[in-house]
Amino acid sequence: MSQPLPDSYLQYAHRRYGMDHARYDWSPVPTRPAVAWPGGARMALWVVPALEWFPLNMKCQPFKPPGAMQTAYPDLRHYTLRDYGNRVGIYRLMKALSQRGLSASVAVNAAVAVRYPALLKACVDQGWEVIANGLDMDHLHHGGLAEAEEREWIARSLALLRQASGQPVTGWLSPAKSESFNTPDLLAEAGLEYVCDWVNDDLPYAMRTRAGTLHAMPHPVDMDDYTILVQNHHTEDDFRDALIDQFDMLYRESSPESGRVMAISLHPWVIGQPYRIGALEEALDHMLQHAGVWSATGSQILSAWRASQA
Amino acid sequence: MTRDPGFYDYLPYDQRPVIRWPNGARVAFWVAPNIEFYELDPPRNPARAAWARPAPDVLNYSYRDYGNRAGFWRMLDSMKRCGMPGSVSLNVAMCEHHPEVIQACAEAGWEFYSHGTYNTRYLMGMTEAQERAVIQDSIDTIKKHTGQKLDGWLAPALTYTERTMDLVAEMGLSYVCDLFHDDQPGPVKVKKGKLTSMPYSLEMNDVIVYNVNLVSPRRYADILKRQFDRLYAEGEHSGTVMCIPLHPYLVGQPYRLAAFEEALSYITGHDKVWLATGREIAQHFNTLYHDAFAAAAQAVGEAP
Repeated sequence: MSQPLPDSYLQYAHRRYGMDHARYDWSPVPTRPAVAWPGGARMALWVVPALEWFPLNMKCQPFKPPGAMQTAYPDLRHYTLRDYGNRVGIYRLMKALSQRGLSASVAVNAAVAVRYPALLKACVDQGWEVIANGLDMDHLHHGGLAEAEEREWIARSLALLRQASGQPVTGWLSPAKSESFNTPDLLAEAGLEYVCDWVNDDLPYAMRTRAGTLHAMPHPVDMDDYTILVQNHHTEDDFRDALIDQFDMLYRESSPESGRVMAISLHPWVIGQPYRIGALEEALDHMLQHAGVWSATGSQILSAWRASQA
Repeated sequence: MTRDPGFYDYLPYDQRPVIRWPNGARVAFWVAPNIEFYELDPPRNPARAAWARPAPDVLNYSYRDYGNRAGFWRMLDSMKRCGMPGSVSLNVAMCEHHPEVIQACAEAGWEFYSHGTYNTRYLMGMTEAQERAVIQDSIDTIKKHTGQKLDGWLAPALTYTERTMDLVAEMGLSYVCDLFHDDQPGPVKVKKGKLTSMPYSLEMNDVIVYNVNLVSPRRYADILKRQFDRLYAEGEHSGTVMCIPLHPYLVGQPYRLAAFEEALSYITGHDKVWLATGREIAQHFNTLYHDAFAAAAQAVGEAP
C-alpha cells in the first residue's frame, strides 16, 4: 500500500495564468508575430549534427544519456561505434550537405575538440557554426549539480571550443538536453545567446535569466536519427518519410511573410552509416525542390528572428 | 488489497442485449484529446515519480508543453476539417493556466470531462476526503470555466484508489474511461449512482502507440483504420464504440498530423458512424441499455 499523503499535496502554489515557472511566458504559436526570413524564404533549414565523446568508464550520473555505454566495462563495441561517427560518418555527412550547398550548426563536446583537432578544423572549414555541447556525454548538467561546478563546466567548455574554432560560440546544447534549474542563468552569464535543450516550440522564443534574455531554439528530439532509428527501431525509409512529413506540414503552415524552422538533429554514428545516409539525402532533396528554403545556422536564424520581433 | 477490482460482472460479447445507436449507426465514434498540464517541479507522491529524470526534467517537461503551445492548435484544425467533435480529457488546472485552449475547445462545441487537476498529481495514497476534494475541484472548475456539468472521468495519469469509482458515481458523474475490458459500454458496480464504463482504448491511445510501442505515424494511421473497419463490420449486428485517445504533444507533432488526419477523414467519411462525444454515448447507453446489460451479466465465480 502507498503511504498517506499530506494535505499539502492538494495545494497548488503555481495554479495561475501562464506557466508554473517564470523562465518563459505562455504563448500559443498561432498568436505569434510573423517571422520574416531573408529573401522572403518560407523555411529555415537548420541541420545540427552532434559530435560526441562517450568515455569508456562512464559514470552515467544521474542517468544514462542516450548513446551511453551498455555492457560491463570495457564496453568496446559501443565505445568504438560512437567513434565511428567521428572518424567516418561525419565525413559522409559533410559530403551529403556540401554537395547540396547546405550549411550546418555542429554541436560539439569540448572533449572532441581537444581529442580530434582535425575534425573540428574540418567542420570550421565547411563554414559550419560551432555550438557548445558541454564537456562530454558523461558530464550531465542536472538539478543535483552544484552551481559553482556547473559554472566551471560551462566556462571550460566554452574556452576550449572558442579557442579551437576561432568562433564566438553563442549557442549551447546540454549533453542529453539535461539542465539544472540554474542552467539558463549560467549560460546567459557566460555570454551565450541561445540554448537548444527545450522542445516545446516551432520557433525561437525568449527566456528570462538573471543575466537578461536567453533564446530557446526549436531543436527537436523527434526529428532525430537516434530517436527514430535507434530508439524506435524504424527503417531508413521511415526516417526519410518522417523528415518529409515534418517538412511538408511546416511548409504548409509557412508563407513568405511567416517563416518556420525545419530543424534536424543528427548523430554521425547513426546517420553516417553507409546504409542510412541515403535516407537523409532523399529527404533533403525533397525539401530542396521547394521554393524559399533557406539553409541557415542557428545564429543566423536567431538573428533574423530577433530582427522581425522589433 | 483485493484480488479482483469487483467493478463488473461477466457478459460474453456474443450474448448481450443488442445495442442500436441513433440513426442506424454501427459505431459510436469519439475522439478524446487529453488536454494536460504537467508541472515542472511537483511535490513527490511516494508511489510514483512525476518525471523520468531528476527535476528539472527539461526534455520531458518541454516535450509535453509543446502540446499546448503548438500541437493542440494543429490537432484542433484537423478535427474541425473532419467535422469531429472532441471530448476533452482535461487536467482542470488548464482552465487557469491556458484559458485560450479551453476557449478554443468550447467554441468548437467540445465536451469537457475530468482527467484530474494536473497530470503530475496522482490519486494513490489519498484519503477519502482528499480524493473527494480533487473530484469536487474538477466539478467546480469545469462548471465555472465552461458552464458544463461534469459527466466523465479519466483518472489523472491513470492513478487510483480503491474508492475512485464509488466516489465519482456518488458525486454525480455518469461515465468512466479507466476500464479497458470491452468494445461496448457496460455497467460499473458502484455503491451509489449509475456509472458506465466507456470504451477508451489504450491500443488506439497515441501515448501507447508512440511512447510505448514506438510505431511510425503512417503505421498509426493503418492501426486506426484497421480497428475502425472491424468495429464497423461488427456494429451491423450490435452497436460498438471506437475511441481515439489523443495527446496534442504527440499527435500534434508536424510529422505525425497528416497521417492521423488521413485516418480520421477515412473514419468520419463513413455513413453509418455516429460522431459522438463521451457524454452523448453514455446518456444513450444509460437510458436504454445500462439496466439490461446489468441484468444479463453473470456473477463472477470465486477463484480458488
